[in-house]
Amino acid sequence: MTTAVIALEPRVSAALAEFLLSMADDEFVIGFSDSEWTGIAPILEEDVAMSSIAQDELGHARALYELLATVLDDGRDADALAYDREPEAYRHARLLDHGRGDWATTIARRFLYDTADAARLASIGEGWAPLADLVAKIRREERYHVMHFTIWADRLARADGDARARFVAALEMLAPDASTVLAPPEGEAALLAVGILTRPMAEVAADWRTDVARTLGPLGIQLALEPAANSGPARTGHSDAFRWLWGEFTSVRRSEPGATW
Amino acid sequence: MTAISLADATRRIDTAGVRAILRGVADPEIPTVSIVDLGMIEDIVVTGAGIMVELLPTFVGCPAQEIIRDSVVEALAPFGLSVSAEFTFRVPWTSGRISALGRERLAASGFAPPAEPAEVRCPYCESARVAMDSAFGPTQCRSLFYCRDCRQPFEAFKPV
Repeated sequence: MTTAVIALEPRVSAALAEFLLSMADDEFVIGFSDSEWTGIAPILEEDVAMSSIAQDELGHARALYELLATVLDDGRDADALAYDREPEAYRHARLLDHGRGDWATTIARRFLYDTADAARLASIGEGWAPLADLVAKIRREERYHVMHFTIWADRLARADGDARARFVAALEMLAPDASTVLAPPEGEAALLAVGILTRPMAEVAADWRTDVARTLGPLGIQLALEPAANSGPARTGHSDAFRWLWGEFTSVRRSEPGATW
Repeated sequence: MTAISLADATRRIDTAGVRAILRGVADPEIPTVSIVDLGMIEDIVVTGAGIMVELLPTFVGCPAQEIIRDSVVEALAPFGLSVSAEFTFRVPWTSGRISALGRERLAASGFAPPAEPAEVRCPYCESARVAMDSAFGPTQCRSLFYCRDCRQPFEAFKPV
């Protein structure tokens, strides 16, 4: 009753592996990054909420790394995939290369990421059953994240003075990198051909930009979101902020290589 | 095919028998509610080779999965067959899978069973004058509420 490994032709399997890696790394990096708020969020309910959301994301990352392990079939398990790589080998979107910053930056980053991630999840089809099944489950959870950060975006945008100014400044700082989440994966054509993806990412990104404008427009915020870039530059060449985070999240694992925790 | 070992001939080893034993396996955090009533059992297969139990996690990243899996294996060990218990996403767990008994026992333990926010009732006084403080509670599957009538904070299962 374990997940059956369904044979995929090599071209599809390589594209699927790259796509799974990018999604898993996105969820892992934002989940770990947001877990930094545990204990220091501005209000107690948010401390609990941010910790719970981070836990959701790390759980999604683990499940995606487990699927990736079945596709790669090279002996690495989810932990090895998550922790045993050099910083340059991570494939998260450049949006997540920005550190968590202040609360306004965190909310801005989460709002942009969660809306884009929801659009990406909605574009995944039935082409590979193990992923389709997992995505069906993940979407039920992510719905709460989108709700939560849309409410926060609204709250900060409507606040007087400093809160709105910081939120708008954070959105503008992140805007050039926001669409990297929806950069077309390498091998997109192969994923589309077998129905793992149902739409080209460029289309998904265009709809997402319209949706973001629909939420922010009434709040008096006009955000210039870039059309999605190629996945190469969008997901490589990471920042010092990420290198620091990598040092944190791999520190325990590196302290005792090979240990069973 | 159903196999009955001689050593355990008085006990029926079939899916109903396995399910009956699993009714004794509780959620690690809510000892009054079994994993059967929480709707976490998707399938039970009994063959001559052993017992296979297919489990559904309430949330993808629920950290109780390993404890639950171990509890299932331990509870079924007396049958004397090999036991495999695995979590799957083949079918998504939804809050609609919680049984009537499960919902009743959750409420008795101080947790509002899953419902859309407007339908949530206080598990202590049954008041509808409740407010959601946060969609995110101390575990992934629960939200924080406050009852304006009996002035108790309480947790409600998230509808998923």
